[in-house]
Amino acid sequence: MSKILIVAEHRDGKLNPAIAKCVHCASQINGAEIHIAVFSNEPSSVAADAARISGVAKVVTVIHPAHAHALASNIAPQLAEIAKGYSHVFGPSTTFGKDLMPRVAALLDAPQASDIMAVEGATRFRRPIYAGNAIVTVEVVAGTQLVATVRTASFEPAAVGATSAPIEDATFSAALPTHTRFVSISAARNDRPDLQTAKKVVSGGRALASADNFKILYQLADRMGAAVGASRAAVDAGYAPNDMQVGQTGKIIAPELYMTFGISGAVQHLTGIKDARTIVAINKDPEAPIFEVADFGLVGDLFQVVPELEKLLASNG
Amino acid sequence: MKRILVSIKRVIDYNVRIRVKPDGSGVVTDGVKMSINPFDEIALEEALRIKEKGLAEEILAVSIGPVDCQQQLRTALAMGADRAVHVQTDVAVESGCAAKLLLKLVEREQPVLAILGKQAIDDDCNQTGQMLAALWGRPQATFASKVEISGDRAQVTREVDAGLEVIEVDLPAVITTDLRLNEPRYVKLPDIMKAKKKPLETIEPSALGVTPVERLKAVKVDPPSMRSKGVMVKDVSELFSALRSKGLV
Repeated sequence: MSKILIVAEHRDGKLNPAIAKCVHCASQINGAEIHIAVFSNEPSSVAADAARISGVAKVVTVIHPAHAHALASNIAPQLAEIAKGYSHVFGPSTTFGKDLMPRVAALLDAPQASDIMAVEGATRFRRPIYAGNAIVTVEVVAGTQLVATVRTASFEPAAVGATSAPIEDATFSAALPTHTRFVSISAARNDRPDLQTAKKVVSGGRALASADNFKILYQLADRMGAAVGASRAAVDAGYAPNDMQVGQTGKIIAPELYMTFGISGAVQHLTGIKDARTIVAINKDPEAPIFEVADFGLVGDLFQVVPELEKLLASNG
Repeated sequence: MKRILVSIKRVIDYNVRIRVKPDGSGVVTDGVKMSINPFDEIALEEALRIKEKGLAEEILAVSIGPVDCQQQLRTALAMGADRAVHVQTDVAVESGCAAKLLLKLVEREQPVLAILGKQAIDDDCNQTGQMLAALWGRPQATFASKVEISGDRAQVTREVDAGLEVIEVDLPAVITTDLRLNEPRYVKLPDIMKAKKKPLETIEPSALGVTPVERLKAVKVDPPSMRSKGVMVKDVSELFSALRSKGLV
Protein backbone atom coordinates (compact mmCIF):
# COMPACT_ATOMS: atom_id res chain seq x y z
CA MET A 1 0.00 0.00 0.00
CA SER A 2 1.14 3.53 -0.70
CA LYS A 3 1.89 5.82 2.19
CA ILE A 4 2.45 9.39 1.05
CA LEU A 5 3.98 12.27 3.00
CA ILE A 6 3.41 15.80 1.71
CA VAL A 7 5.45 18.71 3.04
CA ALA A 8 3.40 21.82 3.75
CA GLU A 9 4.39 25.17 2.30
CA HIS A 10 3.07 28.10 4.29
CA ARG A 11 3.64 31.75 5.00
CA ASP A 12 2.30 34.16 7.61
CA GLY A 13 0.32 31.35 9.24
CA LYS A 14 -1.47 30.41 6.05
CA LEU A 15 -1.21 27.14 4.14
CA ASN A 16 -0.25 27.59 0.48
CA PRO A 17 -3.16 26.53 -1.81
CA ALA A 18 -0.65 24.37 -3.72
CA ILE A 19 -0.79 21.84 -0.87
CA ALA A 20 -4.46 20.95 -1.50
CA LYS A 21 -3.42 20.29 -5.10
CA CYS A 22 -0.62 18.01 -3.96
CA VAL A 23 -3.19 16.12 -1.86
CA HIS A 24 -5.42 15.74 -4.92
CA CYS A 25 -2.45 14.40 -6.89
CA ALA A 26 -1.54 11.96 -4.11
CA SER A 27 -5.15 10.78 -3.79
CA GLN A 28 -5.01 9.57 -7.41
CA ILE A 29 -2.74 6.77 -6.22
CA ASN A 30 -5.11 3.93 -5.30
CA GLY A 31 -5.52 3.31 -1.58
CA ALA A 32 -2.96 5.94 -0.62
CA GLU A 33 -2.71 6.99 3.02
CA ILE A 34 -1.86 10.68 2.96
CA HIS A 35 -0.06 12.58 5.72
CA ILE A 36 1.08 16.20 5.79
CA ALA A 37 4.19 17.46 7.60
CA VAL A 38 4.27 21.07 8.84
CA PHE A 39 7.62 22.64 9.80
CA SER A 40 7.12 25.90 11.65
CA ASN A 41 7.91 27.87 14.79
CA GLU A 42 4.16 28.33 15.23
CA PRO A 43 2.36 25.57 13.29
CA SER A 44 -1.13 25.53 14.83
CA SER A 45 -3.16 27.47 12.24
CA VAL A 46 -1.35 25.88 9.29
CA ALA A 47 -1.75 22.39 10.78
CA ALA A 48 -5.47 23.01 11.37
CA ASP A 49 -5.91 24.04 7.71
CA ALA A 50 -3.96 21.02 6.51
CA ALA A 51 -5.99 18.66 8.72
CA ARG A 52 -9.25 19.78 7.11
CA ILE A 53 -8.17 18.91 3.55
CA SER A 54 -10.27 16.00 2.43
CA GLY A 55 -8.21 12.82 2.07
CA VAL A 56 -5.61 13.72 4.69
CA ALA A 57 -5.31 11.02 7.38
CA LYS A 58 -2.83 12.72 9.69
CA VAL A 59 -0.83 15.92 10.14
CA VAL A 60 2.62 15.86 11.73
CA THR A 61 4.00 19.11 13.12
CA VAL A 62 7.64 19.87 13.79
CA ILE A 63 8.08 22.93 15.96
CA HIS A 64 11.43 24.72 16.01
CA PRO A 65 12.38 28.41 16.21
CA ALA A 66 14.61 27.89 13.15
CA HIS A 67 11.52 27.13 11.07
CA ALA A 68 10.29 30.74 11.35
CA HIS A 69 11.77 31.02 7.85
CA ALA A 70 11.66 27.99 5.60
CA LEU A 71 15.25 26.98 4.82
CA ALA A 72 15.89 23.74 2.94
CA SER A 73 19.02 22.97 4.96
CA ASN A 74 16.98 23.07 8.21
CA ILE A 75 13.86 21.27 6.99
CA ALA A 76 15.55 18.55 4.88
CA PRO A 77 17.25 16.54 7.66
CA GLN A 78 14.08 16.45 9.78
CA LEU A 79 11.82 15.72 6.80
CA ALA A 80 14.13 12.89 5.71
CA GLU A 81 13.90 11.47 9.25
CA ILE A 82 10.07 11.56 9.26
CA ALA A 83 9.88 10.28 5.67
CA LYS A 84 11.32 6.87 6.56
CA GLY A 85 8.54 4.34 6.08
CA TYR A 86 6.70 6.34 3.44
CA SER A 87 6.55 5.06 -0.14
CA HIS A 88 6.28 8.59 -1.59
CA VAL A 89 7.35 12.04 -0.41
CA PHE A 90 5.68 14.91 -2.26
CA GLY A 91 6.19 18.67 -2.30
CA PRO A 92 4.73 21.40 -4.48
CA SER A 93 6.61 22.43 -7.61
CA THR A 94 7.04 25.97 -6.27
CA THR A 95 10.41 27.54 -5.50
CA PHE A 96 9.96 26.22 -1.92
CA GLY A 97 9.47 22.62 -3.12
CA LYS A 98 12.04 22.82 -5.90
CA ASP A 99 14.65 23.99 -3.39
CA LEU A 100 13.78 21.49 -0.67
CA MET A 101 12.78 18.18 -2.26
CA PRO A 102 16.06 17.26 -4.01
CA ARG A 103 17.92 17.84 -0.75
CA VAL A 104 15.52 15.41 0.94
CA ALA A 105 15.80 12.92 -1.93
CA ALA A 106 19.59 12.90 -1.64
CA LEU A 107 19.44 12.35 2.13
CA LEU A 108 17.03 9.44 1.55
CA ASP A 109 19.07 8.19 -1.42
CA ALA A 110 15.78 8.16 -3.35
CA PRO A 111 15.21 9.19 -6.97
CA GLN A 112 13.09 12.28 -7.63
CA ALA A 113 10.44 12.87 -10.29
CA SER A 114 10.12 16.64 -10.81
CA ASP A 115 6.93 18.41 -11.88
CA ILE A 116 4.61 15.42 -12.07
CA MET A 117 1.57 16.39 -14.14
CA ALA A 118 -0.33 13.07 -14.22
CA VAL A 119 -0.50 9.93 -12.10
CA GLU A 120 -0.65 6.60 -13.96
CA GLY A 121 -0.17 4.41 -10.91
CA ALA A 122 1.83 4.24 -7.70
CA THR A 123 5.07 3.82 -9.63
CA ARG A 124 4.26 5.54 -12.93
CA PHE A 125 3.98 9.28 -13.61
CA ARG A 126 4.03 11.76 -16.49
CA ARG A 127 6.17 14.89 -16.42
CA PRO A 128 7.16 17.63 -18.91
CA ILE A 129 10.68 17.84 -20.33
CA TYR A 130 12.28 20.22 -22.86
CA ALA A 131 10.23 23.17 -21.56
CA GLY A 132 7.01 21.21 -22.07
CA ASN A 133 7.80 20.36 -25.69
CA ALA A 134 7.77 16.68 -24.77
CA ILE A 135 6.11 14.66 -22.04
CA VAL A 136 7.95 11.70 -20.54
CA THR A 137 6.32 8.80 -18.72
CA VAL A 138 8.63 7.63 -15.95
CA GLU A 139 8.47 4.47 -13.91
CA VAL A 140 10.26 3.74 -10.68
CA VAL A 141 11.11 0.17 -9.71
CA ALA A 142 8.40 -1.11 -7.34
CA GLY A 143 9.54 -0.91 -3.73
CA THR A 144 11.81 2.10 -4.34
CA GLN A 145 10.94 5.15 -2.29
CA LEU A 146 10.11 8.06 -4.58
CA VAL A 147 10.42 11.80 -3.97
CA ALA A 148 8.44 14.07 -6.28
CA THR A 149 7.37 17.64 -6.86
CA VAL A 150 3.80 18.16 -8.06
CA ARG A 151 3.10 20.52 -10.94
CA THR A 152 0.24 22.33 -9.23
CA ALA A 153 -1.21 23.78 -12.45
CA SER A 154 -2.12 20.21 -13.46
CA PHE A 155 -4.31 19.42 -10.44
CA GLU A 156 -7.46 20.91 -8.94
CA PRO A 157 -7.29 21.44 -5.17
CA ALA A 158 -8.69 18.65 -2.99
CA ALA A 159 -11.88 19.71 -1.23
CA VAL A 160 -11.95 20.99 2.33
CA GLY A 161 -13.79 18.40 4.41
CA ALA A 162 -16.07 18.77 7.41
CA THR A 163 -13.88 16.64 9.64
CA SER A 164 -10.32 17.17 10.82
CA ALA A 165 -7.52 14.64 10.72
CA PRO A 166 -5.53 14.12 13.94
CA ILE A 167 -2.50 16.39 14.50
CA GLU A 168 0.64 14.97 16.12
CA ASP A 169 3.88 16.61 17.21
CA ALA A 170 7.19 15.10 16.20
CA THR A 171 10.33 15.94 18.15
CA PHE A 172 13.99 15.78 17.19
CA SER A 173 17.02 15.95 19.41
CA ALA A 174 19.66 16.47 16.72
CA ALA A 175 20.83 20.07 16.33
CA LEU A 176 20.05 21.86 13.08
CA PRO A 177 22.88 23.19 10.94
CA THR A 178 23.80 26.85 11.41
CA HIS A 179 25.63 27.30 8.10
CA THR A 180 22.64 28.88 6.34
CA ARG A 181 20.92 32.02 7.63
CA PHE A 182 17.84 33.90 6.49
CA VAL A 183 18.55 37.60 5.95
CA SER A 184 15.48 39.18 4.35
CA ILE A 185 12.69 38.87 1.87
CA SER A 186 11.39 41.68 -0.29
CA ALA A 187 7.88 40.56 -1.09
CA ALA A 188 6.04 41.69 -4.12
CA ARG A 189 3.12 44.07 -3.41
CA ASN A 190 0.21 42.05 -2.13
CA ASP A 191 -2.87 44.23 -2.58
CA ARG A 192 -3.44 42.45 -5.89
CA PRO A 193 -4.28 38.72 -6.19
CA ASP A 194 -1.30 36.37 -6.12
CA LEU A 195 -0.18 35.51 -9.65
CA GLN A 196 0.25 31.82 -8.89
CA THR A 197 -3.29 31.31 -7.57
CA ALA A 198 -5.35 34.11 -9.21
CA LYS A 199 -8.51 33.15 -11.14
CA LYS A 200 -7.85 35.90 -13.68
CA VAL A 201 -4.49 37.09 -14.98
CA VAL A 202 -3.71 40.03 -17.26
CA SER A 203 -0.27 39.75 -18.84
CA GLY A 204 1.94 42.08 -20.87
CA GLY A 205 4.80 41.62 -23.30
CA ARG A 206 7.57 43.65 -24.86
CA ALA A 207 5.01 45.65 -26.85
CA LEU A 208 4.18 47.57 -23.66
CA ALA A 209 7.50 49.31 -24.43
CA SER A 210 8.14 50.70 -20.92
CA ALA A 211 7.63 50.08 -17.21
CA ASP A 212 5.46 53.17 -17.15
CA ASN A 213 3.13 51.79 -19.81
CA PHE A 214 2.62 48.68 -17.69
CA LYS A 215 0.46 50.89 -15.46
CA ILE A 216 -2.43 50.57 -17.91
CA LEU A 217 -2.39 46.81 -17.30
CA TYR A 218 -2.33 47.30 -13.52
CA GLN A 219 -5.39 49.55 -13.86
CA LEU A 220 -7.22 47.03 -16.02
CA ALA A 221 -6.26 44.21 -13.65
CA ASP A 222 -7.57 46.14 -10.64
CA ARG A 223 -10.84 46.76 -12.45
CA MET A 224 -11.14 43.00 -13.16
CA GLY A 225 -9.79 41.74 -9.84
CA ALA A 226 -6.96 40.11 -11.75
CA ALA A 227 -3.27 39.46 -11.08
CA VAL A 228 -0.65 40.87 -13.45
CA GLY A 229 1.95 38.77 -15.26
CA ALA A 230 4.60 39.46 -17.88
CA SER A 231 6.52 37.67 -20.61
CA ARG A 232 10.23 36.97 -20.23
CA ALA A 233 10.91 39.61 -22.90
CA ALA A 234 9.10 42.25 -20.83
CA VAL A 235 10.94 41.21 -17.66
CA ASP A 236 14.34 41.13 -19.40
CA ALA A 237 13.64 44.61 -20.78
CA GLY A 238 13.01 45.84 -17.23
CA TYR A 239 9.32 46.68 -17.76
CA ALA A 240 8.18 44.31 -15.01
CA PRO A 241 9.83 42.69 -11.96
CA ASN A 242 11.16 39.11 -12.09
CA ASP A 243 8.44 37.65 -9.90
CA MET A 244 5.85 38.57 -12.53
CA GLN A 245 7.40 36.34 -15.19
CA VAL A 246 5.09 33.68 -16.58
CA GLY A 247 6.56 30.73 -18.48
CA GLN A 248 8.79 27.71 -18.19
CA THR A 249 11.54 29.60 -16.35
CA GLY A 250 9.05 31.76 -14.44
CA LYS A 251 5.67 30.82 -13.01
CA ILE A 252 3.49 28.06 -14.41
CA ILE A 253 -0.11 29.09 -13.88
CA ALA A 254 -3.61 27.80 -14.62
CA PRO A 255 -6.11 30.67 -14.17
CA GLU A 256 -9.67 30.56 -15.49
CA LEU A 257 -8.95 33.59 -17.66
CA TYR A 258 -5.55 34.56 -19.07
CA MET A 259 -5.45 37.75 -21.16
CA THR A 260 -2.26 38.61 -23.03
CA PHE A 261 -1.44 42.05 -24.38
CA GLY A 262 1.42 42.35 -26.84
CA ILE A 263 2.80 38.89 -26.09
CA SER A 264 3.91 37.03 -29.22
CA GLY A 265 3.74 33.59 -27.59
CA ALA A 266 7.23 32.09 -27.43
CA VAL A 267 7.17 28.36 -26.65
CA GLN A 268 8.58 28.90 -23.18
CA HIS A 269 5.76 31.34 -22.40
CA LEU A 270 3.06 29.00 -23.75
CA THR A 271 4.43 26.23 -21.53
CA GLY A 272 3.57 28.34 -18.51
CA ILE A 273 -0.07 28.90 -19.50
CA LYS A 274 -1.25 25.84 -21.34
CA ASP A 275 -3.51 24.74 -18.50
CA ALA A 276 -5.31 28.10 -18.41
CA ARG A 277 -9.06 27.59 -18.97
CA THR A 278 -9.58 30.50 -21.42
CA ILE A 279 -6.78 32.34 -23.19
CA VAL A 280 -7.35 35.73 -24.81
CA ALA A 281 -4.71 37.24 -27.10
CA ILE A 282 -4.45 40.85 -28.17
CA ASN A 283 -1.59 41.52 -30.57
CA LYS A 284 -0.85 43.85 -33.49
CA ASP A 285 0.76 41.05 -35.47
CA PRO A 286 -1.86 38.67 -36.98
CA GLU A 287 0.90 36.06 -37.42
CA ALA A 288 1.83 35.97 -33.71
CA PRO A 289 1.98 32.35 -32.48
CA ILE A 290 -0.11 33.26 -29.43
CA PHE A 291 -3.18 33.24 -31.73
CA GLU A 292 -2.63 29.51 -32.36
CA VAL A 293 -3.48 28.70 -28.75
CA ALA A 294 -5.88 31.53 -27.89
CA ASP A 295 -9.59 30.83 -27.38
CA PHE A 296 -10.29 34.42 -28.41
CA GLY A 297 -7.92 36.48 -30.52
CA LEU A 298 -8.07 40.14 -31.43
CA VAL A 299 -5.67 41.77 -33.85
CA GLY A 300 -5.19 45.30 -32.62
CA ASP A 301 -3.10 47.89 -30.82
CA LEU A 302 -3.12 47.20 -27.11
CA PHE A 303 -2.88 50.93 -26.35
CA GLN A 304 -6.33 51.32 -27.93
CA VAL A 305 -7.78 48.00 -26.80
CA VAL A 306 -6.98 48.35 -23.08
CA PRO A 307 -8.76 51.71 -22.53
CA GLU A 308 -11.74 50.54 -24.61
CA LEU A 309 -12.00 47.34 -22.61
CA GLU A 310 -11.76 49.28 -19.36
CA LYS A 311 -14.56 51.60 -20.49
CA LEU A 312 -16.79 48.61 -21.31
CA LEU A 313 -16.03 47.04 -17.93
CA ALA A 314 -16.85 50.31 -16.16
CA SER A 315 -20.14 50.89 -17.99
CA ASN A 316 -21.28 47.27 -17.67
CA GLY A 317 -20.13 46.96 -14.03
CA MET B 1 44.20 27.23 -3.62
CA LYS B 2 40.77 28.87 -3.76
CA ARG B 3 38.97 26.89 -6.39
CA ILE B 4 35.46 27.03 -7.87
CA LEU B 5 33.89 23.95 -9.42
CA VAL B 6 31.38 24.54 -12.21
CA SER B 7 29.30 21.82 -13.84
CA ILE B 8 28.73 21.89 -17.59
CA LYS B 9 25.97 19.84 -19.23
CA ARG B 10 25.76 19.24 -22.96
CA VAL B 11 22.17 19.78 -24.13
CA ILE B 12 20.20 20.45 -27.30
CA ASP B 13 20.68 24.12 -28.11
CA TYR B 14 18.14 26.55 -26.67
CA ASN B 15 17.02 27.65 -30.15
CA VAL B 16 16.36 24.21 -31.60
CA ARG B 17 12.74 23.24 -32.08
CA ILE B 18 12.29 19.99 -30.16
CA ARG B 19 10.78 17.08 -32.11
CA VAL B 20 9.59 13.89 -30.45
CA LYS B 21 10.56 10.66 -32.26
CA PRO B 22 7.51 8.88 -33.74
CA ASP B 23 8.37 5.66 -31.87
CA GLY B 24 8.21 7.47 -28.52
CA SER B 25 11.78 6.55 -27.60
CA GLY B 26 12.92 10.13 -27.07
CA VAL B 27 13.51 13.35 -28.97
CA VAL B 28 15.38 13.81 -32.25
CA THR B 29 19.07 14.53 -31.62
CA ASP B 30 20.62 13.52 -34.97
CA GLY B 31 22.11 16.53 -36.73
CA VAL B 32 20.83 18.84 -34.00
CA LYS B 33 23.00 21.65 -32.63
CA MET B 34 24.28 20.96 -29.10
CA SER B 35 25.42 23.60 -26.60
CA ILE B 36 26.29 24.22 -22.98
CA ASN B 37 23.11 24.28 -20.88
CA PRO B 38 22.36 28.05 -20.66
CA PHE B 39 22.10 28.00 -16.84
CA ASP B 40 25.54 26.33 -16.69
CA GLU B 41 26.96 29.05 -18.91
CA ILE B 42 25.66 31.57 -16.36
CA ALA B 43 27.29 29.50 -13.59
CA LEU B 44 30.65 29.60 -15.37
CA GLU B 45 30.33 33.34 -16.04
CA GLU B 46 29.68 33.95 -12.33
CA ALA B 47 32.71 31.87 -11.37
CA LEU B 48 34.87 33.83 -13.82
CA ARG B 49 33.67 37.15 -12.38
CA ILE B 50 34.45 35.97 -8.84
CA LYS B 51 37.94 34.99 -10.00
CA GLU B 52 38.40 38.33 -11.79
CA LYS B 53 37.61 40.10 -8.50
CA GLY B 54 40.51 38.17 -6.97
CA LEU B 55 38.25 36.05 -4.77
CA ALA B 56 39.16 32.74 -6.43
CA GLU B 57 42.26 31.40 -8.13
CA GLU B 58 41.13 28.51 -10.27
CA ILE B 59 37.98 27.53 -12.15
CA LEU B 60 37.41 23.83 -12.72
CA ALA B 61 34.76 22.82 -15.29
CA VAL B 62 33.24 19.35 -14.98
CA SER B 63 31.02 17.53 -17.44
CA ILE B 64 29.46 14.08 -17.19
CA GLY B 65 28.42 12.15 -20.30
CA PRO B 66 29.61 10.76 -23.64
CA VAL B 67 32.86 11.78 -25.33
CA ASP B 68 31.09 14.62 -27.21
CA CYS B 69 30.83 16.54 -23.91
CA GLN B 70 34.46 17.50 -24.48
CA GLN B 71 33.26 20.03 -27.08
CA GLN B 72 31.33 21.88 -24.38
CA LEU B 73 34.27 21.59 -21.98
CA ARG B 74 36.54 23.14 -24.63
CA THR B 75 34.05 26.00 -24.93
CA ALA B 76 34.11 26.38 -21.14
CA LEU B 77 37.93 26.51 -21.26
CA ALA B 78 37.71 29.12 -24.03
CA MET B 79 35.36 31.20 -21.89
CA GLY B 80 38.03 31.19 -19.20
CA ALA B 81 37.89 28.01 -17.10
CA ASP B 82 41.43 26.92 -16.13
CA ARG B 83 41.04 23.17 -16.47
CA ALA B 84 38.39 20.57 -17.12
CA VAL B 85 37.40 17.11 -15.96
CA HIS B 86 35.31 14.90 -18.18
CA VAL B 87 33.56 12.03 -16.43
CA GLN B 88 33.02 9.81 -19.44
CA THR B 89 30.01 7.51 -19.63
CA ASP B 90 27.58 6.49 -22.36
CA VAL B 91 24.76 5.47 -20.02
CA ALA B 92 22.03 7.82 -18.80
CA VAL B 93 23.07 9.63 -15.62
CA GLU B 94 20.26 10.66 -13.26
CA SER B 95 20.57 13.75 -11.06
CA GLY B 96 21.25 11.63 -7.97
CA CYS B 97 24.12 9.88 -9.69
CA ALA B 98 25.49 13.13 -11.11
CA ALA B 99 25.49 14.53 -7.56
CA LYS B 100 27.42 11.50 -6.29
CA LEU B 101 30.02 11.87 -9.04
CA LEU B 102 30.34 15.61 -8.37
CA LEU B 103 30.71 14.89 -4.65
CA LYS B 104 33.71 12.65 -5.37
CA LEU B 105 35.30 15.45 -7.37
CA VAL B 106 34.46 17.99 -4.67
CA GLU B 107 36.20 15.77 -2.10
CA ARG B 108 39.23 15.51 -4.37
CA GLU B 109 39.40 19.18 -5.41
CA GLN B 110 38.17 20.89 -2.20
CA PRO B 111 36.50 23.90 -3.89
CA VAL B 112 35.20 26.88 -1.87
CA LEU B 113 32.19 27.03 -4.16
CA ALA B 114 30.37 24.70 -6.50
CA ILE B 115 28.23 26.68 -8.94
CA LEU B 116 25.65 24.79 -11.00
CA GLY B 117 22.82 25.81 -13.31
CA LYS B 118 19.48 25.62 -11.50
CA GLN B 119 18.23 23.14 -14.09
CA ALA B 120 19.19 21.63 -17.41
CA ILE B 121 16.91 22.60 -20.27
CA ASP B 122 16.64 19.00 -21.50
CA ASP B 123 15.22 17.04 -18.55
CA ASP B 124 14.18 20.17 -16.56
CA CYS B 125 14.82 18.27 -13.31
CA ASN B 126 16.23 21.07 -11.13
CA GLN B 127 17.84 18.63 -8.66
CA THR B 128 21.61 18.15 -8.97
CA GLY B 129 22.81 21.23 -7.06
CA GLN B 130 20.54 20.60 -4.08
CA MET B 131 21.50 16.91 -4.05
CA LEU B 132 25.21 17.74 -4.14
CA ALA B 133 24.76 20.18 -1.23
CA ALA B 134 22.92 17.50 0.80
CA LEU B 135 25.55 14.81 0.19
CA TRP B 136 28.35 17.28 0.89
CA GLY B 137 26.58 18.44 4.09
CA ARG B 138 27.01 22.06 3.00
CA PRO B 139 24.65 25.03 2.39
CA GLN B 140 22.71 25.50 -0.82
CA ALA B 141 21.72 28.85 -2.29
CA THR B 142 19.44 28.00 -5.19
CA PHE B 143 17.99 30.21 -7.96
CA ALA B 144 20.60 32.93 -7.37
CA SER B 145 20.17 36.33 -9.00
CA LYS B 146 23.00 38.02 -7.06
CA VAL B 147 26.08 36.63 -5.32
CA GLU B 148 28.37 38.60 -2.99
CA ILE B 149 31.38 36.88 -1.45
CA SER B 150 33.02 38.32 1.65
CA GLY B 151 35.63 36.26 3.45
CA ASP B 152 34.30 32.81 4.29
CA ARG B 153 30.68 33.74 3.62
CA ALA B 154 28.45 34.46 0.66
CA GLN B 155 25.31 36.54 0.60
CA VAL B 156 22.97 35.30 -2.10
CA THR B 157 19.79 36.87 -3.44
CA ARG B 158 17.37 34.16 -4.54
CA GLU B 159 14.45 34.43 -6.96
CA VAL B 160 11.53 32.87 -5.09
CA ASP B 161 7.79 32.88 -5.82
CA ALA B 162 7.13 35.61 -3.26
CA GLY B 163 9.84 37.97 -4.52
CA LEU B 164 13.54 38.17 -3.70
CA GLU B 165 14.95 36.35 -0.68
CA VAL B 166 18.42 37.03 0.70
CA ILE B 167 20.29 34.33 2.60
CA GLU B 168 23.79 34.14 4.00
CA VAL B 169 25.76 30.91 3.73
CA ASP B 170 29.10 29.78 5.12
CA LEU B 171 31.61 28.56 2.55
CA PRO B 172 32.10 26.06 1.09
CA ALA B 173 28.62 26.05 -0.42
CA VAL B 174 26.62 25.15 -3.51
CA ILE B 175 25.04 27.92 -5.55
CA THR B 176 22.58 27.30 -8.39
CA THR B 177 22.03 30.04 -10.94
CA ASP B 178 18.86 31.69 -12.19
CA LEU B 179 18.51 33.45 -15.52
CA ARG B 180 19.22 36.98 -14.44
CA LEU B 181 22.38 36.43 -12.44
CA ASN B 182 24.54 37.67 -15.30
CA GLU B 183 24.99 37.71 -19.07
CA PRO B 184 27.66 35.24 -20.16
CA ARG B 185 30.53 36.59 -22.26
CA TYR B 186 31.15 35.65 -25.86
CA VAL B 187 34.09 33.46 -26.70
CA LYS B 188 36.79 35.09 -28.82
CA LEU B 189 38.76 33.21 -31.47
CA PRO B 190 42.20 33.55 -29.79
CA ASP B 191 40.67 32.10 -26.63
CA ILE B 192 39.46 29.06 -28.57
CA MET B 193 43.04 28.48 -29.73
CA LYS B 194 44.38 28.94 -26.21
CA ALA B 195 41.73 26.57 -24.79
CA LYS B 196 43.17 23.71 -26.85
CA LYS B 197 46.28 23.80 -24.67
CA LYS B 198 44.45 23.84 -21.34
CA PRO B 199 44.33 20.56 -19.38
CA LEU B 200 41.32 18.28 -19.88
CA GLU B 201 41.31 15.13 -17.78
CA THR B 202 39.10 12.17 -18.66
CA ILE B 203 37.97 9.81 -15.95
CA GLU B 204 35.54 6.87 -15.74
CA PRO B 205 32.73 6.88 -13.13
CA SER B 206 34.16 3.60 -11.76
CA ALA B 207 37.44 5.38 -10.98
CA LEU B 208 35.38 7.66 -8.72
CA GLY B 209 33.71 4.62 -7.14
CA VAL B 210 30.26 5.37 -8.58
CA THR B 211 28.20 3.10 -10.84
CA PRO B 212 25.39 4.88 -12.71
CA VAL B 213 22.07 3.12 -12.00
CA GLU B 214 18.76 3.91 -13.67
CA ARG B 215 16.14 4.15 -10.94
CA LEU B 216 13.57 6.24 -12.78
CA LYS B 217 13.07 4.60 -16.16
CA ALA B 218 11.75 6.65 -19.08
CA VAL B 219 9.00 4.41 -20.46
CA LYS B 220 8.01 6.61 -23.38
CA VAL B 221 8.16 10.17 -24.65
CA ASP B 222 5.10 11.81 -26.20
CA PRO B 223 4.53 15.18 -27.83
CA PRO B 224 2.46 17.52 -25.63
CA SER B 225 -1.26 17.73 -26.27
CA MET B 226 -2.01 20.84 -28.25
CA ARG B 227 -4.61 23.44 -27.48
CA SER B 228 -6.91 23.97 -30.42
CA LYS B 229 -7.10 27.36 -32.07
CA GLY B 230 -10.12 29.38 -31.00
CA VAL B 231 -11.96 32.18 -32.74
CA MET B 232 -10.83 35.60 -33.88
CA VAL B 233 -13.05 38.50 -32.83
CA LYS B 234 -13.27 41.68 -34.87
CA ASP B 235 -13.31 44.31 -32.13
CA VAL B 236 -13.24 44.99 -28.41
CA SER B 237 -17.01 44.93 -27.93
CA GLU B 238 -17.26 41.49 -29.55
CA LEU B 239 -14.47 40.29 -27.24
CA PHE B 240 -16.22 41.77 -24.23
CA SER B 241 -19.54 40.08 -25.15
CA ALA B 242 -17.80 36.73 -25.63
CA LEU B 243 -16.11 36.95 -22.22
CA ARG B 244 -19.31 38.22 -20.58
CA SER B 245 -21.33 35.29 -21.97
CA LYS B 246 -18.81 32.90 -20.38
CA GLY B 247 -19.08 34.75 -17.08
CA LEU B 248 -15.40 35.72 -17.18
CA VAL B 249 -15.81 39.51 -16.89
